[in-house]
Order: sequence, then C-alpha cells, then structure tokens
Amino acid sequence: MTFLRIEGFGKKFNIAHLHQTIQAVEEINFSVDKGEFIGITGKSGSGKSTILKSIYRTYLPDEGRILFDSEKYGEVDLLKAEERQILYLRKYEIGYVSQFLNVMPRTTSRQLVEQSVLEMGKEPSIAKEEAEHVLSHFELDRKLWDTYPTTFSGGEKLRLNIAMAAVKKPRLLLLDEPTASLDHQSKLKVREVIEKLKADGTTLAGVFHDIEFMDGLCDKVFDMKLRKYTNAGAFI
Amino acid sequence: MHEQPMLSVRNLEKQFGPGCRMCKNPIGRQLEKNYCPHCRTVYACQNISFDLFPGEILGIVGESGSGKSTLMQCLYFDEELTAGEASINISDLDGENVFTLSNQQKRYIRNHYFGMVYQNPMKGLKMDFSAIGNIAEKLIAAGGRNVAEMEVIGKTLLEKVHIPLFRMKEEPRRFSGGMQQRVQIAKALSNQAPVLFLDEVTTGLDLSVQASVLDLIKKIQRELGISMIVVSHDLAVIRMLADRTLVMLNGAVVEEGLTDQILEDPQSPYTQQLVYSLL
Repeated sequence: MTFLRIEGFGKKFNIAHLHQTIQAVEEINFSVDKGEFIGITGKSGSGKSTILKSIYRTYLPDEGRILFDSEKYGEVDLLKAEERQILYLRKYEIGYVSQFLNVMPRTTSRQLVEQSVLEMGKEPSIAKEEAEHVLSHFELDRKLWDTYPTTFSGGEKLRLNIAMAAVKKPRLLLLDEPTASLDHQSKLKVREVIEKLKADGTTLAGVFHDIEFMDGLCDKVFDMKLRKYTNAGAFI
Repeated sequence: MHEQPMLSVRNLEKQFGPGCRMCKNPIGRQLEKNYCPHCRTVYACQNISFDLFPGEILGIVGESGSGKSTLMQCLYFDEELTAGEASINISDLDGENVFTLSNQQKRYIRNHYFGMVYQNPMKGLKMDFSAIGNIAEKLIAAGGRNVAEMEVIGKTLLEKVHIPLFRMKEEPRRFSGGMQQRVQIAKALSNQAPVLFLDEVTTGLDLSVQASVLDLIKKIQRELGISMIVVSHDLAVIRMLADRTLVMLNGAVVEEGLTDQILEDPQSPYTQQLVYSLL
C-alpha cells in the first residue's frame, strides 16, 4: 500500500460576498512512499499550500481522494474521515509545521514541547526527557528553553515549531513554507533540521518557495504547473 | 470508529414567548433575526444538535444574542427548554433524555456530573460566602460531609487556580474580576465533574489574567480529561482552546467543524464575515 496517495484532488473556495467560486487546484495526482521526502513547487497562488492544508484537513477538500496509510485505521480517505479521526491522526500520526508559530500565550519553549508529548497521554517525566532531547537535537539555544517564544527570531521560532511537531514522532510531517522569510544562515539550520528528520525515517511533504533549498533534499519534486513529478534540481 | 460521546444533544429548542401561527412552524418561519415581529416571541435556540466527546473542548462562537449562553443555561438546567433531548454517557443514565428527568434527578446530575462557570461571577458565586465556603457549598451539594476533607480539597483547588491561601477565607466580592473568575473555576472543578460549561470565561479579563485562565483550562483538559464546552465571541480564545467549534447565528448552528478549518476555510457566509473581521 502506498503511504500517501492523492487521486483526482481538487479544491474550490466559495466566496460568499462575491457569489463566486474560486477553483484553487484541480486534478492533482501523486503518491508518496514511506520514508520519502516530496517537495511541492510552483508559483505563489498555484495551490501548493492548499494541498498540504487539505491533507491536514484545515481545508475542507471537495474533489478526489487523499488516501493515508494510518497505523490505527488502516487506509483512510482524509477527505471523508470523521473529525474525531482527524483529531486523533493529528495527535499521533500527522504533523504540520508552518512559518507561523501560534501557541498558548506565556508558555515557555520547554513547556510547549512538553505539552505536545503530554497531549499524547505520556507521563510528565517522559515528556520532560523527550522535550529536552528534541530541543537540543534541533539546536535551540539552551538559554531559550525557559523563555517565551514571543521574542524569538524567525529561525528560532521555526525550530521550536518543528520541535513541537517532531517530538511526537509523526509518521507524516507536512512542512508549509517553513523557510519563508528566513535569512541564509537560518535556512541552512532548518535544512539540517529537516535532514535529521529524514534520517529518522519520517515521511515528509513540503512546500518551498526557493528551489535551491529543495535541491538534494527532496526525493521527488512535484511541479504544480506541469502537475507531475520532475527530477529534483533539474526543473528550473 | 465508534466513540461514545460524553454528552449528546439533539434538536434542542428554546423560545421565549408563546409563538403564533406565523412562527410556530419552523418551516417557512419568518423571523427578524430570531424574533417574531407578530407575537414578539424570541427563538433563542433552534434545532441544535451536537456531540461532546470525552476529553474534548468544544467551542461555540457567535455574536451576542446568537443563543450561546441560553444554550449553556438549558444544558445546565438553569432554563427550562422548549423541546429537545440530551443524554450523558454515565452508566446509570445511559441513553436517557436528561431533560425529562425529575427536578431532583436534574439537581443530582448538576451536582455530580456538571460544572459551570458563568460569564458573570455574581451568578456562579455567593459573593458573601468565603472563597473556600463557595467551594464547600458545591462539595456539600455533591454529597460531601467531612469538613476536614472538604477543606483539603478546597485548598488544593484554590492553589491550582492561583488564589493565595491566606485569602481563602475572604468573600469573593473583595476580589478582582479575574480572581472571582478563578474561584468560580475552582468551584466548578470541585465535584470532579466529567463535563464543564464555560461561558465567556475570559471576557473582560486583562491579557495577563486571560493567559493564566487559558493555561488553566488547557491543563485541566490535559490532566483530568474533562470534556468542556467553551462559549466565547473571541475567536482567538476559541482557536487556542477548542478542538472543534460550532458557529451560531440567530439561535441556530450555521456551521460546525475542526476549529482551524472553521477559521481558515469557513463555509457559511456568516462565518466568512466573522473570520474576515478578525484583527
């Protein structure tokens, strides 16, 4: 069974005040094997994030199927899964990281990562251990562990964001433009972080703005314009 | 997957007023918002159905007057509803419509299985009892008789909501709004109810107190696995707390879904307007 298979996927947005429907994407087909890293590329507005958000069900997709090989449920169509199933999958199997950090106010980095673990029903002592491990693994400066992320730099916020998702060891991790608005140094750091995730065997699907970033990192690159895979690095 | 809901509500209706031939039939009812201009009946809750699952926080958003608080008050038996059913997943009540039970049984459910935090602390607290006395009141209602034991529980809860113990013997009317709200939360938690109703708990609190109340609610969910319905008109609060959300307008549910889906891909015209209004 393929790990993630997208068949005839399409998404429309109804804009009520304009009485209009906008077709964001249509007829998308691709599949991802376990442990692979797929990159999605295309112009801004081409619907890259729409695909990721539909997999995570932040968007309500309306055409096609998104089949995910879940540990708990077996093959599920994420378009049709019940909300409670989606919540379960988000807690245990599918992670999502964007460039924005949206977290409980006045909670330290350490607490945030610990809460990700506690949410899964694990013991506080284990949560503490795993949080420390993942924070140092992703090289968030130890000085920042007990501070609030409000004042972090973009790169630091992002690494915290990834740490919060990665600590749950999701089987599928969705990366939604995680490097947007980062400087070169921070991007390199994030690249290292992603390489570590990949080495751990996490299946990844990512949307990236810059093609160079994806070069050599992704196993496959899906081009939104051509609606098919192109060889990574050879599509400029 | 067939998970049993903790609380199941079906076709709940609440109207204020007798209704007339123009508005009695829900099909073709001509209302101005939720109001019948002919007989001045207010249809505060119209055909509301939802499930609340164990350990889940369900958000309810909507503008003022949309029926959020009335719904909560019906569920907590503060208001007599017009029609509808609700069942709680507790072994001796399984499948029974709690609204048709006797007043005594309703009181039992309220004292043992429900906790409520009102928007206005005046409604939830006896302002002239001490803070700890308020908690004891709920514990006594739930069958507590051992004073020493109740004092220990009361102290633990007040500490949990960060009320300094040297003020526990003071009356809540001497407390700030945020402190009153936290005493209310402690009181609501005291009977270890599996279902909590929170009505605009953070409205009117300053940001700092709001942050600690939000944190407290999340902690309660994580550590005690309590199911909660959180009513708020503040989308940011709902986003922080709720797994799933209902959107209400003029007494009816116009949309329901995963909270992030409601905020990022709203389907109904009203929800779209609401989300566009977000700062």
